[in-house]
Amino acid sequence: MNRIVLALASSLALVTLHAQEKPHAFVGARILPIEGPELESGVLVVQHGKIVAVGGPGTAIPADAIRHDAKGKVIMPGLIDTHSHIGSPEGADSAAPIQPEVRVSDSLNLRSATVMKARAGGITTVNVMPGSGHLLSGQTIYLKLRGGETVDALAIQKKADGSYLGGMKMANGTNPRRGGQPGTTGFPGTRAKSAALVREQFVKAQEYQRKLREAGDDPKKRPARDLAMEALVEVLEGRRVVHHHTHRHDDILTVLRLAKEFGFKVVLHHLSEGWRVADEVAKSGFGASVIVVDSPGGKLEAKDIRMTTPAALAKAGALVGFHTDDPITDSRWFMRSAALAVRAGMDRRAALEGMTLNGAKLLDLQDRVGSLKPGKDADFLLLSGDPLSVYAHVEQTWVEGAKVFDRGDPDQRKYAVGGFGASHDTDDLTHLLALEAEETYQ
Amino acid sequence: MTRLACLLAPLLGFGASLSAQSLAIRADLLHTAAGPALKDGVVLIQDGKIRAVGRASEVKIPSGVAVRRAKVATPGFVDGRSTVGLSGLLNQPHDQDQLEASAPLQPELRALDAYNGRDPLVAYVRSLGVTTVHTGHGPGALISGQTFVVKTDAPEVTRGVLKAEAMVAATLGDGARGRDGKAPGTRAKQIAMLRAELVAAQEYARKQKDAEKGKEPSRDLRKEALLPVLRGELPLLVTAHRAQDILSVLRLAKEFGLAIVLDGGAEAYLVLDELKAAKVPVLLHPTMARAGGETENLSLETAAKLKAAGIPFAFQSGFEGYVPKTRVVLFEAAMAAANGLAFDDVLQALTLAPARLLGVADRVGSLEPGKDGDVALFDGDPFEWTTHCVGTVIGGVVASEGEETGREVPPAR
Repeated sequence: MNRIVLALASSLALVTLHAQEKPHAFVGARILPIEGPELESGVLVVQHGKIVAVGGPGTAIPADAIRHDAKGKVIMPGLIDTHSHIGSPEGADSAAPIQPEVRVSDSLNLRSATVMKARAGGITTVNVMPGSGHLLSGQTIYLKLRGGETVDALAIQKKADGSYLGGMKMANGTNPRRGGQPGTTGFPGTRAKSAALVREQFVKAQEYQRKLREAGDDPKKRPARDLAMEALVEVLEGRRVVHHHTHRHDDILTVLRLAKEFGFKVVLHHLSEGWRVADEVAKSGFGASVIVVDSPGGKLEAKDIRMTTPAALAKAGALVGFHTDDPITDSRWFMRSAALAVRAGMDRRAALEGMTLNGAKLLDLQDRVGSLKPGKDADFLLLSGDPLSVYAHVEQTWVEGAKVFDRGDPDQRKYAVGGFGASHDTDDLTHLLALEAEETYQ
Repeated sequence: MTRLACLLAPLLGFGASLSAQSLAIRADLLHTAAGPALKDGVVLIQDGKIRAVGRASEVKIPSGVAVRRAKVATPGFVDGRSTVGLSGLLNQPHDQDQLEASAPLQPELRALDAYNGRDPLVAYVRSLGVTTVHTGHGPGALISGQTFVVKTDAPEVTRGVLKAEAMVAATLGDGARGRDGKAPGTRAKQIAMLRAELVAAQEYARKQKDAEKGKEPSRDLRKEALLPVLRGELPLLVTAHRAQDILSVLRLAKEFGLAIVLDGGAEAYLVLDELKAAKVPVLLHPTMARAGGETENLSLETAAKLKAAGIPFAFQSGFEGYVPKTRVVLFEAAMAAANGLAFDDVLQALTLAPARLLGVADRVGSLEPGKDGDVALFDGDPFEWTTHCVGTVIGGVVASEGEETGREVPPAR
């Protein structure tokens, strides 16, 4: 729930609570539900942060609904960026190449303008990751870009223990190959050493896992707590998916080999040369999160990067999502990545799914987000045109039934188009989003 | 006649080069950049030059001239500022020649002596409609060296060069700060050093002029390189983003009577009146440039604001130090088309405006008789993300058969 709603609820009491119950109905838009056919003159009804109904012009609109005329607009699910560095994330330091105990959630600045720009770009769910200069740089976090400024407000909490949902960031290839660099210790100098160091840690984690199992419920037999090993056991048991930076064709296959050896779940990221090993990726059953950049080069591993990778992987049968890797590409042009994939041969439907439902699947959040389906979170966008067109703008971004970006508000518009102060921390976020609150309580 | 034709004609005989460089392009929509778009338009190129432009019903295509059809055709794009050919694709020390970091002031470094027309990124941008590129020394030093203007189909600088010396490239602000305590350490020091350099060149010019025959001062390449700048013949291309740095540029220009071209200009929208009064054209930063550091305040709408203010400007791909290794001027322009700049104005800033700004509008920038036969072909609105560049023609020769973004999906292996 939106924090503003919470804040106002406490001050305005019953009036607010009552108003908050009102459904919102968006009427007359072209709706791309992603699951199911596109709807002309469609109707979207949301309430209590969830989608209540999606349908054609005949869809029943509750009598007490706040109606929004959406004629001429396009409505689609909020975008899911499976790999981003918004909010100034930090992970492992230079002391070791593998640091599973480090959590990105302990580093985030969610007042960063990068977060507001992501909302302006239509991103509603995002996997915020530490960097790729390590074989394993720490735990990632999945955020919903609700109208808040703290990790607690934006995180997706596991029901059982209140911990945050996220994955584990790993990398191979040249970025973590920092052996001998001043200020680093224990980093690999070659690809084979990189794999050996990773295998060594996973073997240790298997041992730790075995001891835990053998101890059963007996606290005296349990091994001493080891934060790194605990996190790797989560990976071994499939409770924490590995998000693996990998570019070159052989590096991609190395990831698949290690995943098979230790049985962990992995999402392949970047895949510059994914087009070279599309069949192998598809056969592995693991998903791919692809970056699309404007030209090849800039580093040896990206010399053969192609915009065809998403199409090649999708045609081979792999699950394909996209990411911005913000700041490598800007969150505000996430839709452009999918459009360029279409330019390079990807099917339109696959590209739209790549930005939404497939991203949700890569984060194992498909039950909550990624399509406009009754019961799912009310995360959606109002666009001025087709999402694959350069001329379309995100006019509004809604997360869990609350508006978190409105291009019509001059103060918020700057996060979409830039301008003086557009990169400053948003210490006035509460003020910016008050607009949404007012509308909710009318 | 193009330089290519000059070279080939003696070797192959006139007839051979004529047929290779003759082509008619017939487009459902022909944007000439010299007037309104023509429906069902034809550009007739013979001997590398445009002979006729008009509606298909008006232009007679001689027999034997091949006709290439396209939905949309535009003049070949002129990239206002790039470093392709100097900053190679691999981004390894051996292919990075856009910045010599050994000294802050090196105007004598010539782009001709560094350009590699065979770098894959040159072919890459050519495949996306770029036929002429203003490239050379990059930002990153107070004066980093010279730039030049070249066609993107020229593998060597023995041909295809439109201007061997186009501008002298300077940088102000954080980008030009010396590292490890080296000068210039501050903004004020940067301007002081530039003034001292220009004064020294003035002095050199005076001594040359006043010297008796045979007693001229010995040649100084560094000072020589600044003489055409002091005479206002060669523009000083100044990369500056902050409003304060832009105003410093204008102050410097006034003091020395320089012709200035502003490069970047993230905060240009704050000083529109001053830029207009000083008649300074702008090579605007890539529209999608990353907003951070000195570019933190950049706006997608600056192009539209420059247009409204009547300030000449052109798009550029700029310099990139990492991934992607180059931007594509077409993509940067497209983003401006979606942010307040009208289609025709975007096209101007991709074609005729940069050609004028670079002083090569007699050769390129629009589809008009007498100009080079440089044309970009598309299967739809050139600015749409999902449209393809389906051919790039330079001097009447198809130099790229389609964009290298990889339109066709190759088999998995």
